[in-house]
Amino acid sequence: MLKYDLVVIGGGPAGMAAALKAKECGVNKILILERAATLGGILEQCIHTGFGLHHFGEELSGPEYAYRFIKQVEETDIEVKVDTMVTDILTGNIVVATNNTDGMLEIHATAIILAMGCRERPRGALDIPGSRASGIMTAGTAQKYVNIDGYMPGKKIVILGSGDIGLIMARRMTLEGAKVEMVCELMPYSGGLTRNIVQCLDDMGIPLKLSCTVIKTHGIERLEGVTIANVDENRRPIPGTEQFVECDTLMLSVGLIPENELTRNAGVMIDPITNGAIVDENRQTSRPGIFACGNVLQVHDLVDYVTQESYTAGEGAAKYIKSKSKNKRTKYISVKPEGGVRYVVPQNINCDADCDVKLYFRVKDVYKNGRITVTSGDKVLYSKKKPKLAPGEMEYVIVKSDDIKELDKKEIVVKVEV
Amino acid sequence: MIKEMTCVACPLGCQLTVELGENNEVLSVSGNTCKRGEKYAQDECTNPVRMLTTTMKVNGGSLPVIPVKTSSPIPKGKMFDCMKVINSEVVDAPIRMGEVLISNICDTGVDIVATNEM
Repeated sequence: MLKYDLVVIGGGPAGMAAALKAKECGVNKILILERAATLGGILEQCIHTGFGLHHFGEELSGPEYAYRFIKQVEETDIEVKVDTMVTDILTGNIVVATNNTDGMLEIHATAIILAMGCRERPRGALDIPGSRASGIMTAGTAQKYVNIDGYMPGKKIVILGSGDIGLIMARRMTLEGAKVEMVCELMPYSGGLTRNIVQCLDDMGIPLKLSCTVIKTHGIERLEGVTIANVDENRRPIPGTEQFVECDTLMLSVGLIPENELTRNAGVMIDPITNGAIVDENRQTSRPGIFACGNVLQVHDLVDYVTQESYTAGEGAAKYIKSKSKNKRTKYISVKPEGGVRYVVPQNINCDADCDVKLYFRVKDVYKNGRITVTSGDKVLYSKKKPKLAPGEMEYVIVKSDDIKELDKKEIVVKVEV
Repeated sequence: MIKEMTCVACPLGCQLTVELGENNEVLSVSGNTCKRGEKYAQDECTNPVRMLTTTMKVNGGSLPVIPVKTSSPIPKGKMFDCMKVINSEVVDAPIRMGEVLISNICDTGVDIVATNEM
């Protein structure tokens, strides 16, 4: 059996950053397992700019951001196996993987970092009536067709969902000569970044229809059109508002789901809201020695935050590997969302946390002048007003390690009050 | 003339109302909550620029296309002209990261550069 100190599953931005940080912290034998033919993950098809403003202080395209990390990995002795699919994680931290050259692999790892990223919510999750005509696909699939495979999946397009990938694809298809008829959004607000609404839709003259959804697809062999309708406050279609829109392609940008089949099979506890593992401030999951970071843990808006989080996980895994013999489970302080806060990551903090902890969270609705508070019992650890909070923008607050050590109540609550 | 726009200087997304004169000069900006909003409106009304990112056809590469970008932002109105030129050309592999594939596209003084290697 192969033996490594650290096995990282996934060679996207999360996996690369975690492996690099672990290396920097002195971990010896590290292996990255990647399903695709190259490192880089989803960044390879995200050819637009806007990546790296926080991390590098400049605006890069996706492939450029990935390239910088790929080069760093190449400069180390971190081993990489591409075209390799991990199929299972057994008890005792044994990773089962398979590829064309090695066949079946069993790898023993002192620590494992899960960095498998996320998947797009597919058509099947929406229950839109209609046949299985070709021309219905997720925005990310269309993005791969255009930016990697080099062909256009359609000419007349309707996009359902105003997530950032959908907005980016609206502009991309328009630049390549397709006609994007509209972007329909079920919610009364867009889930995408304001900048993308302006530069992808307004610039290209593409209408954004809020509180509107696709209720039927038409066509047998190829999509011929969709029926759209306005929705009421309960997101139910309003009779009488139906409208037929001719199109040959329907792109879905309706959310991302962390890809956690391996995680679940490994018996790791999952947060039902994030759909990612429940972790502590080192990004360690409920299974000792298994860590998680990036979009497999929680869906991020910015890759820069993925990198940050993955450095935390890499450092955490390095600490675990070094102290394994004397590793004892400490007591946790649990972090709970309340009021307008949908979730918080990490969900647990070790009582003896020796550095400040960043709590990442998302709110449930759009709030103007909402006050973010972090409390433990009567003690207020943080309180600040923000002019605007929206579900589409991840927020974070920092809790000081001195404050954590002095807590008598073993619970922290993150809240937004209007 | 009155022009409505959304400021993208920060995630707040203020709705700006810009009053334009006869020669499209900015007379007044309202709706902004900070100075950056005023500058954004000024830039957007007088000289709006954008980064253009797209792909170019490749001969003999591992993939049929390579991602490219403008080396700096170009006038917003020239995006489609640039697309025409980029889509009419084919480049030969190997291509280095940052290699200039088209220089001074559409007389903008801006180059089209590779954003990956192949």
